[in-house]
Amino acid sequence: MNFQMHRFVSWVVAVMLATFAAMMFAAANTQALQAAQSAQTPAAVEVKIDNFSFAPVEISVSAGTTVTWTNRDDIPHTVVSTDKVFKSKVLDTDDKYSYTFTKPGTYPYFCSVHPKMTGTVVVK
Amino acid sequence: MSILKSRKLIHDHNHDGIDRRGFLECMAWAGTGVFCVMSGGVLKSFSMSDFGNAKRWSSKGELIFAQISDSHMGFNKPANPDVTATLQAAVDKLNALPEVPEFLLHTGDVSHLSRPDEFDNVDQVLKSAKTKDVFYVPGEHDVIDDDGRGFRERYGKDTKGAGWYSFDKKGVHFIGLVNVMNLKAGGLGTLGAEQLAWMADDVKSLKSSTPIVVFAHIPLWSVYPEWGWGTDDAAQALGLLKKFGSVSVLNGHIHQTLQKVEGNVTFHTAMSTAFPQPHPGTAPSPGPLKVPADQLRSLLGITDVTYVQGQQALAVVDSTLSEGAENS
Repeated sequence: MNFQMHRFVSWVVAVMLATFAAMMFAAANTQALQAAQSAQTPAAVEVKIDNFSFAPVEISVSAGTTVTWTNRDDIPHTVVSTDKVFKSKVLDTDDKYSYTFTKPGTYPYFCSVHPKMTGTVVVK
Repeated sequence: MSILKSRKLIHDHNHDGIDRRGFLECMAWAGTGVFCVMSGGVLKSFSMSDFGNAKRWSSKGELIFAQISDSHMGFNKPANPDVTATLQAAVDKLNALPEVPEFLLHTGDVSHLSRPDEFDNVDQVLKSAKTKDVFYVPGEHDVIDDDGRGFRERYGKDTKGAGWYSFDKKGVHFIGLVNVMNLKAGGLGTLGAEQLAWMADDVKSLKSSTPIVVFAHIPLWSVYPEWGWGTDDAAQALGLLKKFGSVSVLNGHIHQTLQKVEGNVTFHTAMSTAFPQPHPGTAPSPGPLKVPADQLRSLLGITDVTYVQGQQALAVVDSTLSEGAENS
């Protein structure tokens, strides 16, 4: 192999490596992007009811997210939208209520039995 | 354990140790009761060691009635897995009083989840009471999911609006109010404009000497707003009663006895027959107080009220389910 040939092969290998690296980087990047997107738009979010309060008291979700409330108190509670968008039946201990938020907006809610209990869902 | 506390006297014009313009607060807690006599807007309170006074009032009384509250039928968690048994114990206690009360007031949370079978169970237990007339007002647990329709069909056939009404017994005017409907996010109990307008009309033609008893579920004074223990428009209701010399307000909701006097108004909350709740602010939330089984009945109870005609006085006696039980 002469010097020119050697340079050509080296160049081809370098280009191939670079292309491969670029492909790998792009693939990794896509995975990272997908991971980041799935963190922003989870399918489901949980809100716990403990000691007469909602936790987290405010959540931010993407449109299409289903929020599930679980009552872990010994006393029944409800989850009622202040603007009458959604309304649960009474939730006894360990009962759950789910609602899927399809439209962006701010949704304040409260417990209609203990109205001092309030929370907010922000849909982006 | 018994705690009887009174705020420092600020206005003692008669030099008799009674603060007429300020207020006196007393609390019955764990295993005892408080005996209160109201006369002309002044509360005198004694511990249960002065129970003889209560008996004297009772024998002079021309109208004796009793208050039960917060039976929470359907509740089955610690510290009371059997609220039917404790309601029955309350009825047994009422039946054992020296004089049978003419009627009962139930100040709400009859049920835990507003279910028909829960109301059925309460009705079944109350059939064993010697006293047959029971006047109800709903608690927030009685109006869940159906805006109180089931409750009103059963207990409020002759009531107005969301279930408010009034009646007269031996010269005393009783007003049953509903402050558990249409509650607003972040708010307290609510009476609402319609009910206040009805109440203004209801008391308009009464003489100012008529003794008034108001009963409602959530306290009509600010016991502890952080836990929702108060009513947003209570001041408007009490404003309508300013001309009356004797006003007694009987509430439930907080599952412990508290009394307070402000001017001509005496406020009183009753124990639950189901489970105790913590003293205001002493726990992360107002959830059921979990107490050892042998202490439970010392924290549950009934209220016995005697009115002596012509003396503008009501004697209010709280007694727990455990009192006297050791003698029987």
